[in-house]
Amino acid sequence: MGERKGMEIALAAAEAAALCRPDVVAAYPITPNTHVPEHLANIVSEGKLDAEYICVESEHSALSACMGASGAGARVFTATSSQGLLYMAEIMSIASSMRLPVVMALGNRALSGPLNIWNDHSDIMSQRDTGWISLFASHGQEVIDMIIQAFRIAEDADVLLPINVNLDGFQLTHVVEVMDFPSQSEVDAFLPAYKPFASLHPDHPCSMGTLGLPEIYSEATKAREVAIVNSRKTILKVWAEWEKAFGRRYEPVESYKMEGAQEAIMTMGSMGETAEIAIDALREKGIPVGLLKLKLWRPFPYEDVRKAAKGLKSLLVLDRAVSFGGPGGPVASEVRSSLYGETDRPAITNYIFGLGGRDVAVEDFIKMFEKMRSGDKKRSKDQYEFYGVRGE
Amino acid sequence: MNTLKGHPVGLIENFDLYAPKLVDREEYFTPGHRACQGCGEALAIRLMCKALGKDTVIINATGCMQVISSLYPTTAWELPWIHVAFPNAAAVGSGVEAALKVLRRKGRIPNRDVKAVAIGGDGGTLDIGLQALSGAMERGHNMLYVCFDNEAYMNTGIQRSSATPFGASTTTAPPGVASMGNKTWKKNLPEIMAAHNISYVATACNSYPLDFMNKVKKAREIDGPAYIHCLSVCPTGWRCPSEACIKMGRLAVETGVFPLYEAEQGRYRMTVSMPENLRPIQDYIKHQGRFRHLTPEQVQSFQERTNLEYKKLLNKIEHSKSWAEMSANQG
Ligand SMILES: Cc1ncc(C[n+]2csc(CCOP(=O)(O)OP(=O)(O)O)c2C)c(N)n1
Ligand code: SF4
Ligand SMILES: [Mg+2]
Repeated sequence: MGERKGMEIALAAAEAAALCRPDVVAAYPITPNTHVPEHLANIVSEGKLDAEYICVESEHSALSACMGASGAGARVFTATSSQGLLYMAEIMSIASSMRLPVVMALGNRALSGPLNIWNDHSDIMSQRDTGWISLFASHGQEVIDMIIQAFRIAEDADVLLPINVNLDGFQLTHVVEVMDFPSQSEVDAFLPAYKPFASLHPDHPCSMGTLGLPEIYSEATKAREVAIVNSRKTILKVWAEWEKAFGRRYEPVESYKMEGAQEAIMTMGSMGETAEIAIDALREKGIPVGLLKLKLWRPFPYEDVRKAAKGLKSLLVLDRAVSFGGPGGPVASEVRSSLYGETDRPAITNYIFGLGGRDVAVEDFIKMFEKMRSGDKKRSKDQYEFYGVRGE
Repeated sequence: MNTLKGHPVGLIENFDLYAPKLVDREEYFTPGHRACQGCGEALAIRLMCKALGKDTVIINATGCMQVISSLYPTTAWELPWIHVAFPNAAAVGSGVEAALKVLRRKGRIPNRDVKAVAIGGDGGTLDIGLQALSGAMERGHNMLYVCFDNEAYMNTGIQRSSATPFGASTTTAPPGVASMGNKTWKKNLPEIMAAHNISYVATACNSYPLDFMNKVKKAREIDGPAYIHCLSVCPTGWRCPSEACIKMGRLAVETGVFPLYEAEQGRYRMTVSMPENLRPIQDYIKHQGRFRHLTPEQVQSFQERTNLEYKKLLNKIEHSKSWAEMSANQG
């Protein structure tokens, strides 16, 4: 039997990773994710986890070391944030192309500049197209669960792709929550030992990371795309098994009070928790509004979004990042693509807010919702806006 | 055995006779790769692999050797081999080494010693990969790192690196009315590696196969980090005939431009004996198009600095003691 206890979520992330018995951990400190590698170092130092812990000299080397270890057949784990993720950027795409199932806890933090250690989603969005599976947690329990699920998904013979579990910096990493920790035997039963497809050993030599000419590069790229699209099946299977084993349900798009809703708000990450309170307040006023929480960012769950948006008149999509000079927020952009072919689709409003740690309060969701409803007729429905930003 | 009656038989003169006994006949870096004719790096890698033997994992930085050996779907490697990127062979190697160690401890791979050997060019080692290399050496991984130094970024077309010698012409340090070509002195990476307090540092050259292979064997046996810096002649980039590969390497040594030594536990030792009087560097550089533009004054500065660097090395060889010796003398 597992245990229910209160803990800082970053520490819980480390505990969850340790329950998965990684063979090699390589990570580099960066706020707000530092407590993850620190706590793992403790766990290893106390002899509670038999792993090689590599105190690398940079994030570039952290991911590189994970790649080498994974190539040699080890289960690997790393953690980072923001600038650290950018420092890994060169290696991100190579990890997915080499089909090495690296698991990463990504404590989301704004990209510099200006230098800012607080939360938004600009870090992961900059690495969106590197072929990693991306999950988004909205509270501590999901962080624990998703990290354990992540190893199952990434290492599945049908998947073999790296995966990042996104947890909002500070809003999640530094918050103490009461969470259920599965027991070691429960995790062992859920997560079998990693069986690599190929590994670096003289008994069965192979060459990994070869040169690909134009004759093969397109095929290699398409194979990776097919793999990540197909990973959806495994993700759903793993989530179904998780529900059976632990009683907690996971879906690509989670609904909250969507019964009879004509309007909805869509969030990704920890703001979904605050938004729930706003939805409660709006419902109390008799407004038929619900909440859609996006849990799976890549592969993007197009069909789930279409299903969830069915019958809605309007949808307010909230983004914690901006695609400069582009379509506004990255989440809204995907949602619009999902719904473009639908004849009966909601009007979509996109607000960008909560950047670089700007506080996101319950009232803000209510205000944004009202702002959307009041409908600035001068704007086309496809526009986006920064919410709560001075200097407009 | 077919010996000449009454005459001592020199090893090198009868290399063909002895080589099969001294050198593993197995090819781990196989023919058919795409290196240029007379490539010293490819030759050195072949020798290195023979010295390492089967129980090896190679971690390769991007560069000529990766590109010429791994054109999908072919591979020149009979050893397990991984390439990830240009700057990170030492970091990937750290991960391979850690994995081999922990998987062996946990009984998930056979219980025998498999060595992680990271390799890179001078660019991937002295420049963009220096941070990863320093980290890996400092952390004490049981890993051998071999730098194949052809004194420029050859894979991308002969650009200058910090290993490019004084005066050489490269595509990013070309000589012209306002420039002599490369103005800086070659970075002394073996010395930087020695400053990491690792047990074994050596220089080597593709033109001294037995010396190189002995060093590789010695380094392989070290339970910890070791570093070998192998000068590898690149006829394409040095602008010399491909058949001059071996000769160029020997001249680099005989002129004192690239002496062959090792630092074992802090003790420096010349491994290939040097002539009493070094040959003038002119003997070495006159064969190479990359030095063709140098004026007599510039050649003179090159000569003077070579003499100085050589003396600095001799000084270390004369005065260095091994760490064991020094601790014994403490009391
Ligand atoms: C981050 C990055 N920068 C630049 C390059 C381009 N590049 C590939 S190999 C190379 C030079 C390799 O030089 P060196 O390490 O000396 O090896 P050589 O080809 O000379 O054997 C460069 C600049 C790259 N692949 N990655
Ligand atoms: S360019 Fe030089 S190092 Fe590269 S393959 Fe040709 S000879 Fe060898
Ligand atoms: Mg080079």
